[in-house]
Amino acid sequence: MLKDITLGQYFPGDTPAHRLDPRTKILLVLLYIIALFCAKGAAGYGVLALTLAACVRVSKVGLKALVRGLKPVLFIIIFTGLLNLFFTPGTRNLAEWGPVRISDTGVHNAVFMVLRIMLLIMGTFLMTYTTSPISLTDGLERLLNGLKRLRVPVHELAMMMSIALRFIPTLIEETDKIMSAQKARGADFESGNLVQKAKALIPILVPLFISAFRRADELATAMECRCYHGGEGRTKLHVLKYEGRDYIALAMGAVILAGVIVLGHFGI
Amino acid sequence: MNEMIETESLRFAYPADEGGEPVFALRGVDLAIEKGSFVVVLGHNGSGKSTLAKTFNAVLLPAGGKVYVEGMDTLDESLLLAIRQRVGMVFQNPDNQIVANVVEEDVAFAPENLGVPSEDIRRRVDEALKTVGMYEFVRHAPHLLSGGQKQRIAIAGVLAMEPECIVLDEATAMLDPVGRKEVLSTVHRLNREKGITVVLITHHMNEAEEADRVIVMDDGKVAMDGAPAEVFTQVADLRHMGLTVPDTVDLLDRLRRAGVDVPLNALTVEACADAIAAEIGNLK
Repeated sequence: MLKDITLGQYFPGDTPAHRLDPRTKILLVLLYIIALFCAKGAAGYGVLALTLAACVRVSKVGLKALVRGLKPVLFIIIFTGLLNLFFTPGTRNLAEWGPVRISDTGVHNAVFMVLRIMLLIMGTFLMTYTTSPISLTDGLERLLNGLKRLRVPVHELAMMMSIALRFIPTLIEETDKIMSAQKARGADFESGNLVQKAKALIPILVPLFISAFRRADELATAMECRCYHGGEGRTKLHVLKYEGRDYIALAMGAVILAGVIVLGHFGI
Repeated sequence: MNEMIETESLRFAYPADEGGEPVFALRGVDLAIEKGSFVVVLGHNGSGKSTLAKTFNAVLLPAGGKVYVEGMDTLDESLLLAIRQRVGMVFQNPDNQIVANVVEEDVAFAPENLGVPSEDIRRRVDEALKTVGMYEFVRHAPHLLSGGQKQRIAIAGVLAMEPECIVLDEATAMLDPVGRKEVLSTVHRLNREKGITVVLITHHMNEAEEADRVIVMDDGKVAMDGAPAEVFTQVADLRHMGLTVPDTVDLLDRLRRAGVDVPLNALTVEACADAIAAEIGNLK
């Protein structure tokens, strides 16, 4: 049952979208998000939707996987849509039932807000689908390198993130094992109301936490034995390097952002 | 200088529980481990064998006495990295010593920490993985491998430091017989072909058969020290310390007690079979 948890899922591949430097992809997603918030009308959104569609096509990820990513946030999308639809005052009311009314601005806002959230999520998902977690942390570490001067522990944060990613499958496996062990002792996780179900989780969480602490202790010793002493003087097996394609992709991203801003200026 | 690791009246105590006396896990150990040798350290739980191993690369520091690695004092903090680079350590649980989620990244972890240039890391990673026979898994996710394979990745991760000595702290305890065999044949090969000193901590007697030297720990002290044939023939003493003897010695011991005149020091299965066959020949 725990097998289908997908956190930062990655679809390995060898397309131009996979080969881009992770830093480029992070920056492009950033540009894309800024553009999404600058877009004002159908033309702007159209350009961004087409851009996303082109990227999806190049990455060969498949629209189905992307749409699947929307499922967990479906509730938020619907909620935002309805909120905008019913509670935006406008110049003209299209329908009215007592205190509830739908205005023309309401419809406009609802449609574009839903579109914005959907494009936002699909865009960021496309990045995590085409970038392995390890190169993503690598990219983040390098991008934030400048913050080291402000005493932000960039290396430590990146190390924590990659260790957390490394231990997700191990801990999921362990949770499965503990659940089976508790079930064998007569624990019941399925029946009862919400409170009872939450209480039933305690016999899983306590051993899981104890074992996680023991693992952390052993891992720290093992890392020390392999000469880990913080980020100072550390080298890398894979050194990130911007290539021609990265500059091209970034230039294209900048052009699209500029285009969307110009379109937004005219209100379309 | 021919000693890889040397200890002088080494003592170590774990901090006591509140109000209690500190528990001495090591009470005066004097050892010299020769370069290029294959040493097995045996002992039952709580005999101090794992504690001893952890003092060899300054994970634990002596509370009394000294530990020298190639003449370097482990108490000297400025030598810490040099010591740990020379003495690599492999632990019991393979899951808790793998750092990265790609095999090659994990093997690269130690050289990355040592600040080795990138091209050099690549060479070391490939070489280490080829040595342990795991090169085909270079881009795999470690959590999908078997226990024996994970442990071989851990050995490769240590080899990438280009150490002089590898300490295996019960590294075979959590493995199935197949995995145990993989790991043991790997370290034996490293010892033979690359001249790497191996210190194998274990409670499996059978793993000690092919060692150059067997050290038996009991109650924080060295109880026996010598060639496998010398140590394992002291059947009564070993049993007294809560240890079993290898199956071959056990069989020969029973035969002797039943009045059959066989030698006790035939440790391997082949030698044991030969000894018994010879005796059967004599009886005819």
